[in-house]
Amino acid sequence: MSRDRAIEPRSVQWGMAVVTGLVLLFLYVPLFVIMLYAFNPARSQAWPLPGLSTRWFTATWNNADVRTALLTSLKAGVGATTLALILGSLAAFAVHRFRFFGRETVSFVLILPLALPGIVTGMALNSTINLGGELIGLSFSLWTIIIGHATFCVVVVYNNVIARLRRTATSLVEASSDLGADGFQTFRYVILPNIATALMAGGLLAFALSFDEIIVTNFTSGSEITLPKWIFNNLRLPNQRPVVNVVASVLLLVSLIPVYIAQRLTQESGGLVSGRAAVVPAIEASAEQAAVP
Amino acid sequence: MKRYRANLIASTAAMLVLAACGGTSNSAQTGSNLPQSIGPNETALNLIAWTGYVESGKTDPKVDWVTPFTTATGCKINVKFADTSDEMVTLMRQGGGTQYDGVSASGDATNRLIAHGDVAEVNTNLIPDFKDVIQSLQSPRHNTINGHHYGVPYMYGPNVLMYNTSKVSPAPTSWKDTWEKSSPYSGKIAAYDSPIFIADAALYLKAHNKSLGITDVYELTSKQLDAAIALLKQQAPMIKKYWAATTDETDPFSSGDMVIGTAWPYQVSFLKSENKPVAAVVPSEGATGWADTWMMSAHAQHPNCMYQWMKWTETAAVQDQVAEFYGATPSNTKSCDLLRQHIGASADSDYHCGDNTFLKNIALWKTPLQECGDSRGATCTDYTVWQQKWQEVRGTK
Amino acid sequence: MAETLRRTGERLAAPPPSAVRRLRHAVGGFLYRVPAARLALLLGPILLWMVVIYLGSLGLLFITSFWRQDSVTGAIVQNWGLTNYRFLVQEEVYRTIAIRTVGIALAVTVTDIVLAIPIAYYAARIASSRVRTLLLLSIVLPLWSSYLVRVYAWRTILSGDGVLNWSLHQLHLGSVNLGFSRWSLWIVFSYLWLPYVALPVYAALERIPNSLIEASTDLGARWRTTFRRVILPIAFPGIVAGSIFAFSLTLGDYIAPNLVGDTEFIGNVIYQNVGIANNIPFAAAYAIVPALVMGAYLLIARQLKAFEAL
Repeated sequence: MSRDRAIEPRSVQWGMAVVTGLVLLFLYVPLFVIMLYAFNPARSQAWPLPGLSTRWFTATWNNADVRTALLTSLKAGVGATTLALILGSLAAFAVHRFRFFGRETVSFVLILPLALPGIVTGMALNSTINLGGELIGLSFSLWTIIIGHATFCVVVVYNNVIARLRRTATSLVEASSDLGADGFQTFRYVILPNIATALMAGGLLAFALSFDEIIVTNFTSGSEITLPKWIFNNLRLPNQRPVVNVVASVLLLVSLIPVYIAQRLTQESGGLVSGRAAVVPAIEASAEQAAVP
Repeated sequence: MKRYRANLIASTAAMLVLAACGGTSNSAQTGSNLPQSIGPNETALNLIAWTGYVESGKTDPKVDWVTPFTTATGCKINVKFADTSDEMVTLMRQGGGTQYDGVSASGDATNRLIAHGDVAEVNTNLIPDFKDVIQSLQSPRHNTINGHHYGVPYMYGPNVLMYNTSKVSPAPTSWKDTWEKSSPYSGKIAAYDSPIFIADAALYLKAHNKSLGITDVYELTSKQLDAAIALLKQQAPMIKKYWAATTDETDPFSSGDMVIGTAWPYQVSFLKSENKPVAAVVPSEGATGWADTWMMSAHAQHPNCMYQWMKWTETAAVQDQVAEFYGATPSNTKSCDLLRQHIGASADSDYHCGDNTFLKNIALWKTPLQECGDSRGATCTDYTVWQQKWQEVRGTK
Repeated sequence: MAETLRRTGERLAAPPPSAVRRLRHAVGGFLYRVPAARLALLLGPILLWMVVIYLGSLGLLFITSFWRQDSVTGAIVQNWGLTNYRFLVQEEVYRTIAIRTVGIALAVTVTDIVLAIPIAYYAARIASSRVRTLLLLSIVLPLWSSYLVRVYAWRTILSGDGVLNWSLHQLHLGSVNLGFSRWSLWIVFSYLWLPYVALPVYAALERIPNSLIEASTDLGARWRTTFRRVILPIAFPGIVAGSIFAFSLTLGDYIAPNLVGDTEFIGNVIYQNVGIANNIPFAAAYAIVPALVMGAYLLIARQLKAFEAL
């Protein structure tokens, strides 16, 4: 879509550009500040920094708790993502292929865990786990974290997959059948390759959502420590500040990798989306438009 | 409807059975069934503690009484730091009490834990250093019932008045500047975020409003409680931040956003170690405070490690280490000599180590009960009322 | 369509060589012939999950809110009653906190919309396609960094000896005292949720055909008029859609008020009642409040056609 025909007067164009610049500054200054603080040689958080040092990087590397928490978060993320991939894509297939009673409410129900305030979802799951504890001896563990995370991750996968299915021509599936493939073969050789990138993008977003979650996690994790929980706990200990700063900056840098991958994967769907934003299919719709040359 | 009721009956029955089971295993713990020796150590120990009570060298490589313990016993420690007594009680009950093995409970949590059967009786004969514990903590009401000990004492100390020496002058000698509307430090005052902080208001009123007739700051009649709440509401707009996490006080104190208010010795020690201009006093009205007990869960998964931990933390050397780092006073009187050797005269002037009179003058945290504990009978306000009233104070801020 | 598929399926019924293939084919054939079975297989797992785990939990939350906590032992007593709700209505403090939470959530939502429109407009209608991609990427990137880290960054920036006051001092503009205040909450929440608002607003603006705007210009309307009379009305449902998350996320937060605020949100009261006081029935009752508020918000959003923009 060409922009040469912009009808906005110069003054408006400049005004918008200036505001955009200011908003970007607003978005990025805090991130840069945290990066700088990671090199703060002092424990105190006063600005300006008295110098630069990498001593806290060493301290963080040697901190076993950080590694344990990271591992827990990775496990929870992988578990929740796997479940979300299975449940989300099955639901997407069902809604895409079939007309059935309540079809329209499926996406509404799936989006609820994200659209309702986190405290409500957290409280609700907490009540259930407690009751499960009384009735069947369920206890807070990695599994309860995974179940909680999967609940709100499903919609991310679902939205990505269904958007892709809608763009996949049904003629492909018919052609596959006509050529003698059975259902499994059609799935394996036609449908799967077609939705593979959507699955990966959805999975990546689901993982990111799970990896950073704390509002609900606090209610479902018991004594299990995920990385956000570790950060939260250590923010409360004056001596641990420098280590938190280092963990934060490393996370910031590492997050560039999935952003890059997600951007590449969903380029044709313009999917510059993240976690919660991915559930706003408006972006998908607009992206489809944008993708049309 | 009928089905609901049936379900309800079923689940209530299930709860009763569970409660009954809990009851039996409890009573099994007490009496003659106390362990006569510490069994073979497990490999882990899960603790709930106040910040600064379980240091493993992460803060400062020199401050470490966890690593030598783990080396000696093989018990690997996981610790969850809690901010309030209420949080400790809730955490101890998590997962039916099996999640955590022990807790450094203050006197306002201990009796709740004992009454609810959350903690086990402890055989103090297995803790060799117990005999050296300061006299008033040998069998205090907050952890000993009819001669049965539910844990061993750790540290104690007052909630001090901390202030910024470069911004607060003259040096305060009264809590006045944190309570009175005329305070020159309005907007820069610290307060503790827990219902038990009501007692601090009562302590001030006890000294300055004699007509209220407050005798014990944890035993308040409705009228006395209302007066304390009114004082807290008057204070609320002057508060910078109610702190529960220690960083919520050390951060604004470092930056100068907060200059005066109640603090634990831990925050004072930390800020001093950062060369911040702070000092602390016990003002003329006295202070509330705490005496903490290591208690063992009645359903502990690692009871032997917990015994080892109680044994270890009661030794003079460890008590001295904790005291020096945290700023609290050790319960083991034998550690006072070590403290004097290491920090000199302030072991007596600041820590009042081994000084039973000083300890008795601190209004130690305890759970407010309806039963006043004196001739007034059951006319006092209990902790549930305190919690509700506290919500009123906090919500209006 | 289904007819065609069935016929093709029959035509393909050649005997498969191995037992595994035979079984696979039998299952496949069955699923082919009975669409309901296929639907059940596809939809069953998620339906079971959502209904049992999520909706079930919400239901239980609702039920729990009618129970009460025993004041002596702290245990939950499963006696039905309106105690918690009566308490919520009677005690003014809970109303104050709810109103405060909703108020700040609304302020944050409006702020985000005001900030999002220019940046989304610039990206959608003014920037070159290269700049647009870069802009969208920059809007999204902060979302990928840790939420806690971003909150905490503001805590350092706004503190008395932080970056903000230092900068103001350098510019000889005096100093501000924003740390631990409602202002800092407003800034931090607006910061956190801005991308969630900006993206749908961008999508809505991007969808407006150029011809429509050209027509308005051709008819002699100034840009200001076109913006007010053409662009905004068309983009409005998208803006409302974007606001849903900013509002909901602020409403359900309890960590930022704790880290950068000086006041309590609905979430803080709930969190304290669960994690500290262990009064789960009361927490459940209070959790119904944000659920209802959000329900009302979603209903209004639907009236404003926001869901058609979704």
